[in-house]
Amino acid sequence: MADQELDASGLNCPLPILRAKKTLNGMEAGKVLHIIATDPGSVKDFEAFCKQTGNVLTESKEEGGKFHFLITKS
Amino acid sequence: MEEKKLAIIATKGTLDWGYPPFILASTAAALGYETEIFFTFYGLQLLKKDLDLQVSPLGNPGMPMPMGMDKWFPVLGTALPGMQSVMTSMMKKKMASKGVASLEELRELAQEAEVRMIACQMTVDLFEMDTSEFIDGVEYAGAARFFEFAGESDICLYI
Repeated sequence: MADQELDASGLNCPLPILRAKKTLNGMEAGKVLHIIATDPGSVKDFEAFCKQTGNVLTESKEEGGKFHFLITKS
Repeated sequence: MEEKKLAIIATKGTLDWGYPPFILASTAAALGYETEIFFTFYGLQLLKKDLDLQVSPLGNPGMPMPMGMDKWFPVLGTALPGMQSVMTSMMKKKMASKGVASLEELRELAQEAEVRMIACQMTVDLFEMDTSEFIDGVEYAGAARFFEFAGESDICLYI
């Protein structure tokens, strides 16, 4: 299960990514961050974010009208 | 993986032109880019502590207007006194209702993400601007200083 939660609901690009980056900065390697977002653009954004920063996007799904992401800090 | 570099030249000082430099810079920084923004001419307005950026439909045929006004509202009407303020506040309200970050917030996030901000000394002198009105953390330099970074950049944007 996730070590930390970040609720980015209602926030639009680029805020979900920026908040995630800030939160990840304060986390140790190997820890998992669970992000909830409502911005549909965030799906592709987080894919690109992980590809670019080397963090692992372990899960990306839509549930209950919101987008859920699990990122493992590398 | 070597860090990529993004250089932006910000030359405009209206609300609609103020967003791209900060959004691009803060997103790039989040993605691990080393980013620098060079503010010149009207872009210097983006560095003021108290941002009061305006937007006007006058001369902006691409700007969407509510109630289908862009279809029938005469261009001359957009020059009426008060129109600019009305349009600016409507735009700001729209942005807030859609969860778009304010410019101040984006700028703060950019600075937090260590985006370097450089103000064009020449333009500051030209317009006799009071630098005490600018935010902290701004470097004052000329074009040559900007090229030091821009010349190495992977992406260079003129906004």
